[in-house]
Amino acid sequence: MTRDEIFEKVRGVLVEALGVDDDEVAPDASLTADLGAESIDFLDIVFQLEQAFGFKIQQGELFPENVTQDPTFVKDGKVTAQGLATLKERLPHIDFAKLEADPRITKVAEVFTVDALVNFCQRKLAA
Amino acid sequence: MRWMWIDRVLELAPRERLVAVKNVSLAEDHLHDHFGAQTDAAGRVVRAAQPVMPGSLILEGMAQTAGILVGHAEGFREKVILAKVTRATLERDAFPGMTLRYTARLVQQSPQGASTQGVVELFDHAKPGEGYVEIGRIDMMFSHLDQNMAGAEFPEHNFVFSESFRTLLRSSGIACDF
Repeated sequence: MTRDEIFEKVRGVLVEALGVDDDEVAPDASLTADLGAESIDFLDIVFQLEQAFGFKIQQGELFPENVTQDPTFVKDGKVTAQGLATLKERLPHIDFAKLEADPRITKVAEVFTVDALVNFCQRKLAA
Repeated sequence: MRWMWIDRVLELAPRERLVAVKNVSLAEDHLHDHFGAQTDAAGRVVRAAQPVMPGSLILEGMAQTAGILVGHAEGFREKVILAKVTRATLERDAFPGMTLRYTARLVQQSPQGASTQGVVELFDHAKPGEGYVEIGRIDMMFSHLDQNMAGAEFPEHNFVFSESFRTLLRSSGIACDF
């Protein structure tokens, strides 16, 4: 499956799960800031990606788990260097460059972009 | 106490589907306000009352139907909370004396929650030959509360599946030992 084909499927999932229009689902769109995703939507997206692509997604595999609640990963409202390293290791499909530049905890959700989902699916399908 | 919006569970196929019914009754107070008669300044009725089962309570009926299905799959250990109405369409009104039938199907389940698809049907006792007629579809997502609220503490006992639910299950002939 080409990256464009994967993108189209991911776009379909997001249109269904988030009730957004096709043209809102741009590669660099943030799921939360741009597409209005809330916490339960992440589970909906996981379920719908599993159905669309036929693979199984383990808990914490696509979106991080318990990182932002761990005091060694978050200090003074910012993600620590150790936290960033852990996120990068656990979630290789996500581009953390923006979070490295501005590691405020409030910015974590913005790294979940449409592109990150496409990267994730591409890696899963290639595995 | 929880306000129950289903009267009886008719069928339970664990982890697959659950069917429940709700008899719409004029004895329910809320139907007298939904919709009550309209009067003019002189007290004359300008629009007769029209009792209709509110769509929001039909949604709640499906939430209870699907919620039991999701809860049963994990032995009612999880606190199953309605988190999202993914899709809801209702094409006909339900009036007193009619019976609603909810069929919920478990689509996906994970440690964090579940998704369900549901069909709402209506039986008009004045037209028994028509049988149950589909009037809508309601798809939902449920969250397992303790698995999703990192750091937040909730009472240990399962306040979701309270005595009202146990009574419903027992009276429907479903084993209930939680």
